[in-house]
Amino acid sequence: MPAAFTDFLQASVRTATPLALAAYGELVVERAGVINLGLEGAIIAGAFGALVGAGAGGIGAGFALAMVAGCAASLIVALVVLWLRADAIIAGTAVTMFALGLTGTLYRALYGSQGAALSVPTIPSMPVPGLASIPLFGRALFEQPGVTYVLYVLGIGLWWWMSRTHAGLALRATGERPAAAFAAGISPMRVQALALLFGGAMGGLAGGVLVLAQVGTFAEGMSAGRGFIAIAIVVLGRWSAPGVAAAALLFGAASQLQYVFQSLGWPVPYQLFLALPYVLTLLVLAGTQRRAVSPAWLGKPLDDDAR
Amino acid sequence: MTDIALALGAIDKRYGATAALTGASLTVRRGTLHAVLGENGAGKTTLMRIAFGMQRPDAGTIDIDGARVTLSASADAMALGLGMVHQHFTLVPAMTAAENIALGGHGLFSAREAAVRVTQLAEASGLPVDASARAGTLGIGAQQRVEILKALAGNARTLILDEPTAVLTPLEAEELFSWLRRFVSDGGTAVLITHKLNEVLALADDVTVLRRGRTVLSAPAAQLDVGALVRALTGDDEGVEELAPRATRASGTVVARLDAAEVRDGRGLVRVHPATVEIRSGEIVGVAGVEGSGVSELLRLLAGRRMATRGDVYLPEHVGFVPEDRLRDAVIEEFTLTENLALQAASQRRGMMPWAALRERAERVMRAHDVRAPSAAAVTGELSGGNQQKFVLGRELDAQPQLVVAENPVRGLDIRASAHVLVELSAAAAAGGAVVIYSSDLDDVLPIADRMLVMFAGRLSEVPVSRDAVARAMVGAL
Amino acid sequence: MQRLGSRWGISALTLAVVAGAVLLILRVGGYETARALHALWDGAFGSAYAILSATLVRATPLLFVGLAVGLAFRAGVLNIGAEGQLLAGATAAVSMGLAIGGWPRLVALPLVLVAGALAGAGWAGIAAWLRRRFGVLEVISTLMLNFVAAYGVSYAVRGPLQEPTHIYPQTVELSQAVRLPALFAGHRLHLGYAIALVLAVGLWWFLARTAAGFRVRAVGAGAAAARSAGGIDAARTAMWVFVVSGALAGLGGASEATGVTYALYEGISPGYGYSAIAVALLGRLHPLAIIGTSLLFGALEAGAASMQRDANVPSVLAAVVEALVVLGVLALDRARRARKG
Repeated sequence: MPAAFTDFLQASVRTATPLALAAYGELVVERAGVINLGLEGAIIAGAFGALVGAGAGGIGAGFALAMVAGCAASLIVALVVLWLRADAIIAGTAVTMFALGLTGTLYRALYGSQGAALSVPTIPSMPVPGLASIPLFGRALFEQPGVTYVLYVLGIGLWWWMSRTHAGLALRATGERPAAAFAAGISPMRVQALALLFGGAMGGLAGGVLVLAQVGTFAEGMSAGRGFIAIAIVVLGRWSAPGVAAAALLFGAASQLQYVFQSLGWPVPYQLFLALPYVLTLLVLAGTQRRAVSPAWLGKPLDDDAR
Repeated sequence: MTDIALALGAIDKRYGATAALTGASLTVRRGTLHAVLGENGAGKTTLMRIAFGMQRPDAGTIDIDGARVTLSASADAMALGLGMVHQHFTLVPAMTAAENIALGGHGLFSAREAAVRVTQLAEASGLPVDASARAGTLGIGAQQRVEILKALAGNARTLILDEPTAVLTPLEAEELFSWLRRFVSDGGTAVLITHKLNEVLALADDVTVLRRGRTVLSAPAAQLDVGALVRALTGDDEGVEELAPRATRASGTVVARLDAAEVRDGRGLVRVHPATVEIRSGEIVGVAGVEGSGVSELLRLLAGRRMATRGDVYLPEHVGFVPEDRLRDAVIEEFTLTENLALQAASQRRGMMPWAALRERAERVMRAHDVRAPSAAAVTGELSGGNQQKFVLGRELDAQPQLVVAENPVRGLDIRASAHVLVELSAAAAAGGAVVIYSSDLDDVLPIADRMLVMFAGRLSEVPVSRDAVARAMVGAL
Repeated sequence: MQRLGSRWGISALTLAVVAGAVLLILRVGGYETARALHALWDGAFGSAYAILSATLVRATPLLFVGLAVGLAFRAGVLNIGAEGQLLAGATAAVSMGLAIGGWPRLVALPLVLVAGALAGAGWAGIAAWLRRRFGVLEVISTLMLNFVAAYGVSYAVRGPLQEPTHIYPQTVELSQAVRLPALFAGHRLHLGYAIALVLAVGLWWFLARTAAGFRVRAVGAGAAAARSAGGIDAARTAMWVFVVSGALAGLGGASEATGVTYALYEGISPGYGYSAIAVALLGRLHPLAIIGTSLLFGALEAGAASMQRDANVPSVLAAVVEALVVLGVLALDRARRARKG
């Protein structure tokens, strides 16, 4: 049984990795006061960028291009929301639609004729010597692709940065009361723009993970709503870095329940498990008292005279 | 080293077509407490925001400590030793006092060290503050102390305080005054923006009075008395005559009544203390009061757009309401005039919309109220402010309500449109309706009012219809 | 640049910009532009078959869902879940159709369509309730429900509704009694399009002429003024519109299932719910204009299939066009408002 549990946990962490990466990006963006519905677009853009980059220059180039592509998607959101002052919800949705359509088109255009399964190399699992031998959790946490370890470092780094640097303080202030940040000499517009770029890069990285660490290929729409699940993860994690990690793991585990049930021989239709993350998202959003813990200015536009 | 801490000369500032400041000036001597006095809209806040670098003047000069400067952001002003305590607190409610004070710094941040530093500074400057408390949980007085500490932490030698006692209790205000006196006698310089005469006379070394964007008076406080200040504030020296006492109209029936009606805001703070007043048909009741005095809530209470948290409110079935924020609350910009007319009583209509009849009615309203627009099918947002307002008023009056409440109905309108609106309201009263009208400019209301109600710090009082009496009541100098 | 006078100016300009972008993509992609455009036209309008069996048939669901989205947006409800509501409608219609397939057509067919509408309304109702009761952003909830609906269909066609041999993930075909009749012999255009046209006119009439429709427009155009000057209960109005919007989308799904596919299977909707957003926005949320834009996008998709066949241009280019339309309308609308204010 313990081995099965470890396997389950390991698979959960693996599934949770791209979710957590995207969620960390969204965490920074929402702490700055913006809801980025273009995150889904950043993920699919990143997935496509990973494909192109890996094909041209190997895995490193793949990840790099993934982050750039994701960043570009969120740059459009930043321009439309901060410069044109359009509604963030519609702008984000539009960018997501655009990214989904564009990546699909480009994929068919560049690779379509080569057949369905164009594959790129995926990164192998890298066990951490020593840590991987810890009973029960060792293999689950420390026998993962290298990018998962990047995630661990990122999570700790974000938590430290947000609470122990003035830049993190400025970020939090922008999301709570931009007028106060402005009065203190901070530019809320600049903070939100940088946050969006970071969020986009993380979304792109998540897309890269899907291609280069999991599936090994690209498929239209393979982001499958992860961008929106990431938003729910931020809510469930109560806008804190450790909370987001735990929530992402929860969602990852939910996706793996399917196999647990199968191995236990319980005949539950697999679609139920595929739908589970989305239903969970709805429950989380409904059940969490957003107002109480979310950044006070989340979703509200900046004042004209305090940007 | 010069004697002048801050000097603003010939400052102009326009917002679109409105001139907020015209040739305004201010000279603050070091080591003094300088009061900047003026009514709503006189330009005091704008002037100080320019001094603090939050806005750029269209023309004029700024000298800090004797040196000519150009400020591109508040950070520049802060670097030169200026600090500002804003009227609407710019604190982050979810953050602690220490974090709020540290905001805007660079590099690493340690919550613990910041708290220690803040506690030390608080003790040294005589402003007790709990550094680890969340700003949102602090009382108003404590929040203000945090704002001041924030300025002091940035090494401010000249403090600008914008209406600091607007939200304080009398006791807290006294504490602030004692602190200000100490601060100034220790060598600091303070600029106090206020509309309260008693503060000016109690605290200030020098006084500058602004009216309609210009500096009309600048002198040491010792040379001034209440009368001089009131005259400067309201412009009696421009030669507008005092109104003769009005003959009271035969009192009509009571159309609206407030009975110890109280209004609290979302946080439970009292915005309108229990108020009792009767409004009778055929009379024009003027309302006066500065921003934050509770006028807005009182008007909405009378218009039926806001509920009283305690007490009783008796209103007629239809109350016309002309709100200040026309484009948000009164009309829908993209709708045509006919459609905006149809908004009235929209919730009660059933079945089809009688567009033909509505269009005719809209045209009638346009004719009767001098609304200049191509037709009743014109998009409301494309009309000038004056015409929009005339239309809104026309719409409300057309339903012949027993009571009409108008909130700053002529603000931003040109002379002609203004006059027209006021004439309309008078006519409505003459025809038997009751009118309650608030204007931030007394000259609009005084000529037509039968009675004057004044709000000061949430309390309602009725005063004789004379500029002097109203001006005094507005600034608490009863 | 001149001030873009009317709302239609935005549509025209958007189309022009997008057309330019498409031409650019074609050139950069190395496609034979002339051949591609010729194929596009041919596939959309080049023959009776093209018009009646391709373009208008594809326009039918787009019109239903475009009206659904347009109505919702008009009231300020961002219903991105038309896709899921359509699937719910299709599923309900097929279930009902399989159950009462033996009844006379005059009774069975309307019942089936009503079932679809109710299912769509119910699916939207979940999101509407979440919005009203918990303040959940409808953009996210409706989107999540899209995914759930898709998996629901997957389950249905592999489980309870699957055809008896259990080989294919689809239902058996519907009987004649519950099929929408074709409008012209030998072509695929079916009664659903006529129903949609009637609904479009009806929706226009509702919004333009009735008091209830006026209230809907007021709430969408200025909720604060609607409340203050009109005394309208904005939240309740929005909720009703949300549910009706879902009903329209559900009806669209029922129409597709009973008029074109005659069965339920995965992928019955190639993203109609998302295309509908572009259809509605380009039509500036005006029901009569949406008749035109749904026709345009139906033509685009019909032509795109032909473009892929004859000139190797990936048909998913249509999706790019749609997204560009949304971005274009959004940006230009914003720019126009910014310049005015």
